Amino acid sequence: MPFLTVKFNLQNRVKLAQGLWMLYWLSVIVGIAIFSLGLFFKIELRKRSEIMDNSESHLVPNLLILVGALACGINAFGGKTCHDSLDPLKFAKLKPLLRPYMLLCCGFNALLLLLVLLCFIMQFSVYLTLAEGLKNAIRFYKDTDTPGRCFMKRTLDMTQIEFRCCGNNNFRDWFEVQWISNRYLDMSNELVKDRVLSNVEGKYLMDSVPFSCCNPGSPRPCIQHHLTNNTAHYDYDHRIEQLNIWSRGCRGAVFSYYSSIMNSIGALLIVTIVLESADVAGLKYLSTSLETMADPENPECESEGWLLEKGMKETFADMITKLKTLGRANQVEEGADAPEATS
Amino acid sequence: MTLLKMKFNQQRRVRLAQGLWLMSWMAVMCGAFVFCLGVYLKIELLRRAEVMDNAEIHVVPNILIMVGLASIGTNWVATRVCQDSLDATRFPRWKVLLLPWFAVAALLCCLLVAVVVLSYALQGRLEESLKEGLRNGIRFYKDTDVPGRCFQKETIDRLQMDFRCCGNNNFKDWFEVQWVSNRYLDFTSQEVKDRIRSNVDRRYLLDGVPFSCCNPSSPRPCLRYHLTDNHAHFNYDYQGEELNLHPRGCRKALVDYYMGLLNSTGPGVLSVILIQMSVFLSLRYLQTAVEGALDLENPEDESEGYILEKGVKETFEDVKLQILGLLKFGQVDPTEEAPVDEDAEKAASPSPDS
Repeated sequence: MPFLTVKFNLQNRVKLAQGLWMLYWLSVIVGIAIFSLGLFFKIELRKRSEIMDNSESHLVPNLLILVGALACGINAFGGKTCHDSLDPLKFAKLKPLLRPYMLLCCGFNALLLLLVLLCFIMQFSVYLTLAEGLKNAIRFYKDTDTPGRCFMKRTLDMTQIEFRCCGNNNFRDWFEVQWISNRYLDMSNELVKDRVLSNVEGKYLMDSVPFSCCNPGSPRPCIQHHLTNNTAHYDYDHRIEQLNIWSRGCRGAVFSYYSSIMNSIGALLIVTIVLESADVAGLKYLSTSLETMADPENPECESEGWLLEKGMKETFADMITKLKTLGRANQVEEGADAPEATS
Repeated sequence: MTLLKMKFNQQRRVRLAQGLWLMSWMAVMCGAFVFCLGVYLKIELLRRAEVMDNAEIHVVPNILIMVGLASIGTNWVATRVCQDSLDATRFPRWKVLLLPWFAVAALLCCLLVAVVVLSYALQGRLEESLKEGLRNGIRFYKDTDVPGRCFQKETIDRLQMDFRCCGNNNFKDWFEVQWVSNRYLDFTSQEVKDRIRSNVDRRYLLDGVPFSCCNPSSPRPCLRYHLTDNHAHFNYDYQGEELNLHPRGCRKALVDYYMGLLNSTGPGVLSVILIQMSVFLSLRYLQTAVEGALDLENPEDESEGYILEKGVKETFEDVKLQILGLLKFGQVDPTEEAPVDEDAEKAASPSPDS
């Protein structure tokens, strides 16, 4: 009993072929969109790899680029198939390719599903990498003379300006780190010596933040130094002062940016899965309706199209038996002969 | 003596119509491109409108937007003419429209040339406008509590950070202006009182700059107060310290940015002019060839296509006479009859001699 049969006359077949052709080309455009999004995501990760310790995982964008290219190829072939399907000669040439092609499409759909899951799960990895990377970036902020780290200051400053954030969790992360290089500290000064001696590791710590933490929207010129000392500035209370410096931490800010990119990519992939499934279903209907034409010479005859030749349960049982025979193919010949004799 | 005439048989006419149809659609795309370019320029100019004193430079994107829209419409009409050109029944209804079409197309090309010229000519005015606007911006930086100016601080800060510049000409512009509001000055402090008394206008001037002047690329954490005092900071030389603040002034930075934008649009606009001119000439050839073919007994025969029926001078004289005739149409009748009588007299007078 075929599954979900539909009757087709010539007009319906032609309309199905045309509609399917347009759907395939729409899928090609979506494939190009996935490819470009993968490229964009890869570039964005590379741009900020310095604050992620250069250890971020490029698995998702690489897979996206691959999947986008594959989607274009597969759907272009599908479109060509639809275009040729109404010509009996060309269709006869394509018939043997159709079954492996549809299996390939199903496999591709499974890959897309895996990618959607990855998009949502890899966000955890990005978060953890960011946390670690920003911690190190703040520690190496002062090392503008160390090869390999000399641009850390600029990168971190630009990140804080661009994402409107300060520090890892908040601005107090800057209080725990020496962010002024020893080259610019006058070690003979009493104040400097006091500060250096005030902690075990001999670091010059202060309650100040770099200029990139400043909020331009504040009505007051930016207060960067002596942030916790109310008497150091006129009419200043650090507990109620909101607008002076950015209150958000950079980890949250940069993560929400990447998270929104990955979420939109995930949504687009779900749309692609739906499109691809529609493509495969349509192609199955078209190919079965063309194959079951009672009189191949007369194009005007009616035919039936279906999704599965037998019902769901029977097709499933068939697949399992096939897998079992594949498994038994390596066994002794007697075992292999027996299923052949019974079928 | 026709200008640049060419022979067209039926096949060539068909090919010309097809090629012109494609070229007209390309010209429609170019019109859309010019429109988008105008919109983009306008948005970029509006984004920084707060630091511009006047809006004279806006004439460039305005013309581009108008020309883009008109060009889309004009070239779409050209595609319709091409489609109907090979059909003898539908072509005659376009005949009336073609002369205005040529006039509009020529006007569009002239406007595009004017845009290219203007974008170079208005550079001086842009610089003046920016100079005045930035001067005001720096003066009103502290007025974050005055309605109408409360966002001046944020605008200038963002401008200095985005364009990596400081002040109008350079960072010393900030030394001449009080950029800290009186609300945040402790007037009981001796230092504040000294500074206010040190100048005639009683302004709190200091040798410091706002944080947005800081250069992130500098290896040293930003020094922005006591800039002229070498002893205020360790290992600091006011004359030698280059990278800590942004080196260039915002006026130069903005002028360079806008001139770069306008210069990069130059080649695009020039190619649009070229495409429009080719559509113009090809449509003229198509018009004359098809009209010539329609006049023949057998429409499938060869016909001639040309740019001008007579030479340039003769066409010019013809056009002049037509315009004068139109002008004289409004005058009194006797003057119209007089030239006729004069001609009759002239014809009569030489006869005794001859």
